Amino acid sequence: MFRVDHFPTHEYQGLKLRHGRPYPFGATVFGNAVNFSVYSRYATSCTLVLFRNREEKPFIEIPFFKEFRLGNVFSMMVFDLDYENIEYGFRMDGPFQPEEGHRFDKSKILLDPYAKLIVGRDVWGKQPNWDSLYQYRARVVFDDFDWENDLPMETPVNDLIVYEMHVRNFTCGAGSDVKHKGTFAGIVEKIPYLKELGVNCVELMPIHEFDEFENSRTSPVDGRQLYNLWGYSNVGFFAPKAAYASSGRFSMQVDELKNLIKCLHANGIEVILDVVFNHTAEGNEQGPYISYRGIDNKTYYMLTPEGDYFNFSGCGNTLNCNNPNVRDMIVESLRYWVTDYHVDGFRFDLAAILGRDQNGNPMSNPPLLESLAHDPVLGKTKLIAEAWDAGGLYQVGSFPSWGRWAEWNGKFRDSVRRFLKSDPEVLDDVKERILGSPDLYAAEKRGIKASVNFVTAHDGFTLMDLFSYNNKHNEANGEDNRDGDNHNNSWNCGCEGPTDDADINRLRHQQVKNAITLLMVSQGIPMILSGDEMGNSQQGNNNAYCQDNEIAWLDWNDLQKNADIFRYFKQMIQFRRQHKVLRYEEHLSHTDYLGLGYPDFSWHGVKAWQPWAGHNNLTLAFMLNGKYAPHDDFIYVAMNMHWEMHGFELPQLPEGMVWHVFANTGMEAPEDISEPGKEPRIEDQHEVLVGPRSIIVLVGRYFPKNFVST
Amino acid sequence: MNIGTYTLGARLDSLNYLEAQDALIDIIEKSSDVVLDMTDCHYVSSAGLRVLLLAKKTTAAQGIKLYLVGVNAEVKDVMDVTGFTSFFDIYETMEDCMKAIEATS
Repeated sequence: MFRVDHFPTHEYQGLKLRHGRPYPFGATVFGNAVNFSVYSRYATSCTLVLFRNREEKPFIEIPFFKEFRLGNVFSMMVFDLDYENIEYGFRMDGPFQPEEGHRFDKSKILLDPYAKLIVGRDVWGKQPNWDSLYQYRARVVFDDFDWENDLPMETPVNDLIVYEMHVRNFTCGAGSDVKHKGTFAGIVEKIPYLKELGVNCVELMPIHEFDEFENSRTSPVDGRQLYNLWGYSNVGFFAPKAAYASSGRFSMQVDELKNLIKCLHANGIEVILDVVFNHTAEGNEQGPYISYRGIDNKTYYMLTPEGDYFNFSGCGNTLNCNNPNVRDMIVESLRYWVTDYHVDGFRFDLAAILGRDQNGNPMSNPPLLESLAHDPVLGKTKLIAEAWDAGGLYQVGSFPSWGRWAEWNGKFRDSVRRFLKSDPEVLDDVKERILGSPDLYAAEKRGIKASVNFVTAHDGFTLMDLFSYNNKHNEANGEDNRDGDNHNNSWNCGCEGPTDDADINRLRHQQVKNAITLLMVSQGIPMILSGDEMGNSQQGNNNAYCQDNEIAWLDWNDLQKNADIFRYFKQMIQFRRQHKVLRYEEHLSHTDYLGLGYPDFSWHGVKAWQPWAGHNNLTLAFMLNGKYAPHDDFIYVAMNMHWEMHGFELPQLPEGMVWHVFANTGMEAPEDISEPGKEPRIEDQHEVLVGPRSIIVLVGRYFPKNFVST
Repeated sequence: MNIGTYTLGARLDSLNYLEAQDALIDIIEKSSDVVLDMTDCHYVSSAGLRVLLLAKKTTAAQGIKLYLVGVNAEVKDVMDVTGFTSFFDIYETMEDCMKAIEATS
């Protein structure tokens, strides 16, 4: 079918052109033409700059003719381009008046803010030509991946077990035994491992294109190169990081990432992307021109009345998220990752910034957050906020949600850590956390599903380090140990760092197991930090954002070294997946509202039904009535963070049911945990002895009538 | 039994993909099974991979088979990591491929 409006109307230096379509922004293929469209409110003129692949000099620069501008959008179609072999950028002309917010400079070649394929940094850590006029280079993308019957999975949010991971850290380290280390393809090779562990969702730390050389320097400890490893610094919001693809050198990162997501889905594992819409890699006034600053500085950035950059992100600039046009870009970006990459959800870095107005003030009903909550395409997409920012806004429990937004529950992390180190002041708070934080989320009926629980995340100590260090040890980061959090609530169990003391090492393993137990038996969405399941250490570094080396990389040999920890994690995850009663969506009533003989949830102490009975505010027990799930077992958990052993009186089960022991962190492997469903019956049905700093998990189920004791 | 074969040159990319695509579709229409000989091919671009996939879809729609022969290690690796390999039957040599075709017929 030919269209009568699809013929060239203009010619420029041998290339045929016509005025383009303003929407969609970016570069889009229409038949034998590519439509280029870019928005700038304040630019006076714009030029399309075309390169042959990887060539330093452009082969043509085509000015957008006057008639190619509609409103504030420059758009044109260029015919008969060999579009697999061209790269494109823009030059923008306009005022350079920083005090007014304008920084146009037509000597710069700028990346399209909507670029879907960015080349130029194709191999990790390979120095680019810093003198090159155009470093991050946009290409036109093939968007016809063969997904077969794949779609976003829409796993119920309360059934998720999230595994937070980093593309390089996961497979770059010793013993990973994959062919494509540090890449999307490397993760595909490890899918059998993820399945064995039992997680059903991976949360990928930023995979949008960023600059690993941003702020690069060498380590004062050993002189090694330090990188921006984590990538919380976007170059482009629509393009995957080329150097995370083993096929990046052939510019096939789009297909490689899509294949990863397709393979994960085929194995029942969802994908959440950690997205960074709070700032860009352009830094402050001294930073480089990559895109936004030169395309339309005043649109894209939050500026002070003097035209300087606000720094609510702690990274030099702040994206102007509640400018209507930037808002649209963010929505477009998210829709694109869902429609074209089948992504299942997003975790928003420093999301409190997304609720600030253009002057930086927090809003009560931020339009961006409301748009995302009600977006038709994102209607079943998980939205998770890191509900604070570097400007001091802390919104855990109060992030505007419209019933759609979940939060990283930082209070879960803090309370549970304090409880685990036997802090007697925190018991009441821990009770809220175990229940899915009703104190934070019940009043607005946000439910348990609003709470993403975690003890560790990429920011801060790994789980093993949490029990191996009292203090952070970030000297290798080159900031005199000033960087990283000082409020770790950690405890080294008696020695700072590695030790040969068997008792200390045993206690550390026990504490790691205590932590994963609390995480898995609490209501809410549990999130595990990748590597914790094998006892990964970062040598006390609690901010390893720049350590692209064995400090941050997983050492897969730890799987053998800490085999008991891996086994414990695996069984504990399986246990959670088998028990619906641990995965409620809405908060519990603590009453027997269905008349089933027991309340849905009950607190206990060292005496059954007497939660106030305890020792030093460090003992606590609870019971879940499986009939409310429904059709599940009873579960009883006794926690003793006291340094003495205590007996816990057990609540009596309904007639015919008996207690079986699933886990006891006070025991050494293999007695520390059972295979779920094969738990041994306990001798004494009236009391359990819980060792110092230990947790016991019991399962109450009907005892087979034909059981013959051997 | 009418086995069509097509031999690729050193590269399959945006400079020659249309030519290869037309020739392949032509052969597919006239054949019962199709063998694509990639022994001399050492580079396949995104556009090239899509020609392979299009050929695969066309053969499947016609109820016939497409075999790839002599896929160079680097090309194979790119096909692996981008998920393309899973769509194809790949043989090292023409001889292996012919044997396999005989065995199924």
